[in-house]
Amino acid sequence: MFEWTGSGDGAVEAWRIEVTGTVQGVGFRPCVFREAVRLGLSGTVANIPGGVEIRVEGPRRALEAFCRRLREAPPPLARIRSLTVRPEAPGRAGTGFRILSSREDRSAAAAPVAPDVATCGACRAELFDPADRRHRYPFLNCTDCGPRYTIVESVPYDRPRTTMKGFAMCDACEAEYRDPANRRFHAQPNACPRCGPRLALLDAGGRPVAADPLREAAERLARGEVVAVKGLGGVHLAVDAAAEAAVARLRARKGRPSKPLALMARDLATARRLGDVGAAEAALLEGARRPIVLLLRRPGAPVAPNVAPGVHELGVMLPYTPLHHLLFAEPACPPVLVMTSGNRSGSSLCAGNDEALERLAGIADAFLLHDRPIAARTDDSVVRVAAGAERVLRRARGYVPEPVALPRALPAVFGAGAALKNTFCLVRGAEAVPGPHVGDLEDAETFAFYQEAAAHLSALLRLEPEAAACDLHPDYLSTRYARGLGVPVLPVQHHHAHAVAVMAEHGLEGPVLAVVFDGAGLGPDGTIWGGEFLLARPAGFRRLGSLRSFPLPGGDAAAREPWRPALALLRAAGRAGGDPDRPPGVLRQIPAGSRAAVLRMMELGLQAPATTSAGRLFDGVAALLGLRARLDYEGQAAMELEALAHRAAAAGERPAAYPVALRRGAGGWRLDFRPAVRGVLRDIGRGAPPEVAALAFHRWLSAATAALCRRLARETGAGEVVLGGGCFQNRLLLEDVVERLTAAGLRVYAGERVPAGDGGLALGQAAAAGFRLQGGA
Amino acid sequence: MKRDTPGRILLDHGSGGLAARELVRGLFLRHLGNPLLDELEDSAVLDLAGGRLAFTTDGYVVDPLFFPGGDIGALAIHGTINDLAMRGAAPAALSAAFVLEEGLETAVLDRVAASMGAAAAAAGVPVVTGDTKVVPRGAADRLFVTTAGVGVVPAGVRLGAACIRPGDRILLSGTIGDHGVTVLTRRAGLALEGDLRSDTRPLHRLAAAVLAAAPGGVHAMRDPTRGGLAETLCELAERAGAAMEIEEAAVPVRPAVRAACELLGLDPLYLANEGKCVVVAEPGAAEAVLAAMRATAEGRGAVAIGRVTEGPPGRVEMRTAVGGRRIVPPLAGDPLPRIC
Ligand SMILES: [Fe+3]
Ligand SMILES: [Mg+2]
Ligand SMILES: [Zn+2]
Ligand SMILES: [Zn+2]
Repeated sequence: MFEWTGSGDGAVEAWRIEVTGTVQGVGFRPCVFREAVRLGLSGTVANIPGGVEIRVEGPRRALEAFCRRLREAPPPLARIRSLTVRPEAPGRAGTGFRILSSREDRSAAAAPVAPDVATCGACRAELFDPADRRHRYPFLNCTDCGPRYTIVESVPYDRPRTTMKGFAMCDACEAEYRDPANRRFHAQPNACPRCGPRLALLDAGGRPVAADPLREAAERLARGEVVAVKGLGGVHLAVDAAAEAAVARLRARKGRPSKPLALMARDLATARRLGDVGAAEAALLEGARRPIVLLLRRPGAPVAPNVAPGVHELGVMLPYTPLHHLLFAEPACPPVLVMTSGNRSGSSLCAGNDEALERLAGIADAFLLHDRPIAARTDDSVVRVAAGAERVLRRARGYVPEPVALPRALPAVFGAGAALKNTFCLVRGAEAVPGPHVGDLEDAETFAFYQEAAAHLSALLRLEPEAAACDLHPDYLSTRYARGLGVPVLPVQHHHAHAVAVMAEHGLEGPVLAVVFDGAGLGPDGTIWGGEFLLARPAGFRRLGSLRSFPLPGGDAAAREPWRPALALLRAAGRAGGDPDRPPGVLRQIPAGSRAAVLRMMELGLQAPATTSAGRLFDGVAALLGLRARLDYEGQAAMELEALAHRAAAAGERPAAYPVALRRGAGGWRLDFRPAVRGVLRDIGRGAPPEVAALAFHRWLSAATAALCRRLARETGAGEVVLGGGCFQNRLLLEDVVERLTAAGLRVYAGERVPAGDGGLALGQAAAAGFRLQGGA
Repeated sequence: MKRDTPGRILLDHGSGGLAARELVRGLFLRHLGNPLLDELEDSAVLDLAGGRLAFTTDGYVVDPLFFPGGDIGALAIHGTINDLAMRGAAPAALSAAFVLEEGLETAVLDRVAASMGAAAAAAGVPVVTGDTKVVPRGAADRLFVTTAGVGVVPAGVRLGAACIRPGDRILLSGTIGDHGVTVLTRRAGLALEGDLRSDTRPLHRLAAAVLAAAPGGVHAMRDPTRGGLAETLCELAERAGAAMEIEEAAVPVRPAVRAACELLGLDPLYLANEGKCVVVAEPGAAEAVLAAMRATAEGRGAVAIGRVTEGPPGRVEMRTAVGGRRIVPPLAGDPLPRIC
């Protein structure tokens, strides 16, 4: 703690301090104010488009202490990128310290807007305090919590540029807002029951229901109704998670037969009954970001079986708005609710009230809505803890628009992202700002959301890209969008982009070994890659090896129907000629004529492009183990295969990995999957449980990956390995590979705050293109 | 197939997709462009001292030469007649030029010529001039045919993408995908269950009936050949500066074609047709046009599949069975897997 003794450093100086980073909308100016007042400094503080500008006068030692305090103890949500000091001529500050209203300056780069923050403890206490004037008010917030990115229309961050602009503060709120000692001092979304947004419950037809909205919503949920609930970034569909019939009804109406549904639990104690909550999971569940956290499901978890069929995890989040807290406090409210994005399967999240009423008609039985508009629709984020770190699987609310620091400053680039699990990304200077999870761009509503979100975030960042980065695939709608922007376009190979995403997040400039395992991405040779070993730098790569290639009969149909890759694997392993009446696994469900035709397609090379896809290898093995012939959602077979292997691992099984076969050919190293396929066939042929074969397959892939990495590290001298691609969302695979590579003395990196799958692709594209533009080879 | 071979012609350039469009616009129009060619319609309409003449030409290369429902000869006759008919012209006469590979069996040529004769006679459009060249073994694949045709456009008939307006209805004369899937499976020697046959047939009588049913009410006609219904609509929408919306459930696909497409992983929207026609008509004329189409043998299965909208220019969307809206994008070439 600083104590100024007033000795020889007493000469008064004037400093102009400019702070950049996430310093708007996070209580930074009030913090500056309090510190200045405490230290007896005079001057002003103001939001400027670049961040915050402080003009301050006082004795030198007090000024130094002031800067140190700002650096060392900023408000919890602030993130300082730079703090620069310029001396000025003293004598202009006058007496006292003031907060100035934001200045418009469209020429400078904008200060980042903060992500949305879950309701803080102080606000929660007020919410349930009958004596407080905000008792039971669903929209209370303060400088430490509440909506941010989702309500900001433009910068600098000030109330008139948020969706709160339509709500004039009452005298009491205004007084708090102006009082530097108040914890709502300059809290832009400040509101109370007298002046702020209001809640309403509407029936299925959009007519107001004359009842207490919260009590009525809770009672309807308890009766098994589907209630649409407007939150921060969009509308949820809620239903009692313990009521199987209600969950089934929601699934039927949404057109989502089996994809796991996200849950919201009343509190941490309830979450602990659903899944294993370690210290890291608890911190995530109760933290300010409040993502959906994937927990290993506990036996007897109090949810209906159709919430997450076939998988071994449950996605759980805790209440993050006052509205959620109040809903769960209703006596009638079930303790665990399904809270899934309000849309039809495959489409984007609803954000507007009219939009929700229209698009969710026939899905929701009632609508719990409010009149605070959503400026930027944002899904819930999804994370899991694996290999000792937080791993973001879907990056949206609570994370966006937080930047990712890059190893160096790069030109302004727009990364267009992937085709299906799309997210875009903007690079500005030494930071990359990934946009929110968008989804499948061929859905027209989602594509409109993509364009809207990209324009919105560019405007918030005041960023005009000088180039666009996209995939090599000519038919991704993101590629076509990038080509229409009117700036130079730099295509980046899919798996290189996956590798660079991990490098960018960890500040690596390489060369590194990159292992990228995912579904399918176009290679520069025109074949479909997906099980790749690369020597990567941000600006380029060399392919060192890959999985042995196999045909993908039916192209994308092979990604929806795992029986096709299963047949391709059988054929590659020389086992397709077995008894046609007794094929292994799910192939039994496929008519012999279809199997014969697909085998013929592979022989003729008709609609059977060659691939090295690790994702399709997982699918094929899952099908050979009898899991499923067709998918209801992307990644389903691979997730179920992991769940199967997890069961064996949890039961203490330790099967030996199948034999590893590495061969060096003209095109580099080939990791041969045939011994694993034959091993799987042998195991199921002798009646071994599929769980054990699933585990042996996982262990085989990690052993083979580690063996090849060790060789490649020796050959190239690289000591760092990055792991990327959707397959590394598989916890078992990730942890096993990390363990083996670490044991071999290699430094291993994988996505943490940036998804390993296609949700992280845009960051890699933008960074790769930025480095290329800089001429770094 | 290699996608990154700059400076070479790729199979994609013949796909009817974006690569083909780029070749036409970036190369041919650069050297040969003129107001008539620049319209890029199925045939050009020439003003000749008051009379209007439609003029078109097409090269035919198909493997196999013979397939259920047709052969290269019938295709060459029908394709050129249809290109004239789509501009509203009454086909008057055709030419045929043959490029033959040394060693081709005469019996094969005889069969092709007989089929052409029969097709021309049935359509009532004679082949009035021709040419034959023989090239050394390997310089061509057996037999290529180029046909050209002329026809007369009745006074007052003006059809083309430029005439399309938001609100117009989109009509389709029957099932899609029959020709594409038949040729593809035959070429591979893949025997599938169900009756797969090419739909090749002349459309000039259907086109005449359409025009007679609603003079001035018909804005454009197209035969969705290479690239299928999807590419045809994308191109029409782009050139019209409008968007289009079709109903998935309204687009007819024969069960055998659907089953074959599912097995092969193909989308019937992108498969070639050789006897189908898309008609874009004013809303007020749509019913009469549909009735006239259904009254012809080749349009018995005609249906309304969607409409022109004021959405983003060039955008084609499809309302799916579950109520979503899918974008139907033009493809660069043959479809490549996209699911990651
Ligand atoms: Fe990927
Ligand atoms: Mg033509
Ligand atoms: Zn708070
Ligand atoms: Zn108030």
